[in-house]
Amino acid sequence: MAIREDGYTKLFKFISYTIIVVASLASLLPFLLIISASLTSNDAITKYGYHFIPTEFSLEGYRMVFRFPQDVLRAYGVTASVTVVGTLLGLLCMTMAGYVLSRKDFKARNVFSFYIYFTTLFGGGLVPWYILITKYLGWMDSFKALIVPSLMSPFLIILMKNFIKSAVPEELFESAKIDGAGNFRIYWQIVLKLAMPGIATVALFLALHYWNDWFSSSMFINDTHKYQLQFYLYNVINSSNFMAQMGVSTGVSLSGDLPSESMKMAMAIVVTGPILFLYPFIQRYFVKGLTIGAVKG
Amino acid sequence: MNQASSASAPVRVKQRQKESLRQVRKKKGFLYDLVRNRVLYLMLLPTLIFFLVFSYIPMVGIYYAFTRFDFNSTLFTAPFVGLDNFKFLWQSGTLIKLTLNTIGYNVAFIFLGHGFAIFIAIMLSELSGKWFKKITQSVMFLPYFVSFVILSVIVYNIFNYDNGFFNTMLTSFGFEKVDVYNKPWAWIFLIIFFYLWKNVGYNMVIYLAAITGISDEYYEAAKIDGANIFQRIWYITLPMLKSTFVVLLLFALGGIMKGQFDLFYQLIGNNGILYNTTDILDTYVYRSLKVTFDMGMATAAGLYQSMFGFVLIMTVNYIIRKINDEYALF
Repeated sequence: MAIREDGYTKLFKFISYTIIVVASLASLLPFLLIISASLTSNDAITKYGYHFIPTEFSLEGYRMVFRFPQDVLRAYGVTASVTVVGTLLGLLCMTMAGYVLSRKDFKARNVFSFYIYFTTLFGGGLVPWYILITKYLGWMDSFKALIVPSLMSPFLIILMKNFIKSAVPEELFESAKIDGAGNFRIYWQIVLKLAMPGIATVALFLALHYWNDWFSSSMFINDTHKYQLQFYLYNVINSSNFMAQMGVSTGVSLSGDLPSESMKMAMAIVVTGPILFLYPFIQRYFVKGLTIGAVKG
Repeated sequence: MNQASSASAPVRVKQRQKESLRQVRKKKGFLYDLVRNRVLYLMLLPTLIFFLVFSYIPMVGIYYAFTRFDFNSTLFTAPFVGLDNFKFLWQSGTLIKLTLNTIGYNVAFIFLGHGFAIFIAIMLSELSGKWFKKITQSVMFLPYFVSFVILSVIVYNIFNYDNGFFNTMLTSFGFEKVDVYNKPWAWIFLIIFFYLWKNVGYNMVIYLAAITGISDEYYEAAKIDGANIFQRIWYITLPMLKSTFVVLLLFALGGIMKGQFDLFYQLIGNNGILYNTTDILDTYVYRSLKVTFDMGMATAAGLYQSMFGFVLIMTVNYIIRKINDEYALF
């Protein structure tokens, strides 16, 4: 049964389409601006400024980025390994925690839930945390400092708990126990399988955090060879004498002292590339995660 | 009488058994539970240690706030200065400025962020066209995924003085160039704008899910009663979103003293000209720690932030509990 649209509906739809198209363009165009700038020759940028369409097409920026690829590749390597190790380790801990906290017959679960939740209410602040990690744990310039402090967050543990609760019915625990399965075996063979979509969501949240992390490097890393990708990019953009340094370290003097505009933009694209490529495939997991886990709190 | 007591006898026995069992359990209590559920405790152990080390132990370091701490001193050797750090922060006016900025920005973030998200989610849900919806939703969610460093590149790309997109446009229309990085007031709007740019998509997804959960029957009934689309949104959709909104709002209020550190630091960095309008507690603490190395001061500001936030969330929660128990955070 098709109901004819009245005037109000037409008006509403017109406004909605307009606003949504505008909002979508606003979300997308900044990326276009960077892509375009990365494909423009540096001279054209300094002469004409940034445009949505390259004024003078050139791959100069990318050539500059990859002239001495070892630095970018090393930063890629650091970020990739930190992301993989951190995500796996964090997932192991958080799935176990989520499982234990979702067990209704585990009497102490409320105490521990509060133990975790309380850390979001009150904390010692940045400085004591920093001093603990650098001075007492001695993790300055160590990969541990990039991985361990971000392993878990109360938000993700709560998310995980809710996922497991909704994916594994209570009776399943009971019947598995009657069949003689131990607590760990229930986790390993039942919970991990049934809660897989939820685990994927938490994994992606965690991986995204590690991939986009620049803060840990800025806090704990002095050795430029251990910079994460984002912090490496940050330094390229912000340090005016980057090229000079690179010239010294590679023994080759480069034309000009500053990284060119097009090179900065090419670097930004190289850094974001994987996210933009993967985005269409991973996006729905985030949507699912927000839908199930976050709202219930 | 007799019959009744004989019937209740087995019940009484059972009750007694239960009681004695409870007593045994109580006596053994925690240890009993620890042994019986040792595997579960073991599985929880990494998490417990993690929060102990990275959240609870650092709380001891709050003491630094009352010392003139430098990196070579320890907890016990740092010279004790009492409330001097707080006094300085208060008298220099820093504390008030930081507090107002932090709260002001967060209030704007919360209300504008959720307002726009609800607005767009409603419009998106009313439209037909599966592909249009799918693609626009994905596109609007995209900014959430890029790092703040990339965001700073984007902002630099648009607003830098020499060849930014904004100035290129201005000159091509015959206006004079504007040095945005030198205009403190402009950043109030820019920071809010880019916060929205990055986060509206995220909240929109949540609200969209909530709208999808509303039963179609309400809308059908309203249509039959002759309600137009604006009335349907006003009287059905918005009221149905209220609980989601309140939950998210309260959650956000809890973090009102915690700034979006990444956002502010990547957009403003160490550009002192802009501090008056853009400095928040988090950026101040970070700078004191990494740039000026004033650890005692940084701890003091951090402690103030934690305490203020804690008191705030406790108060809010208390009030919510009085008004409507269901929405209370804990």
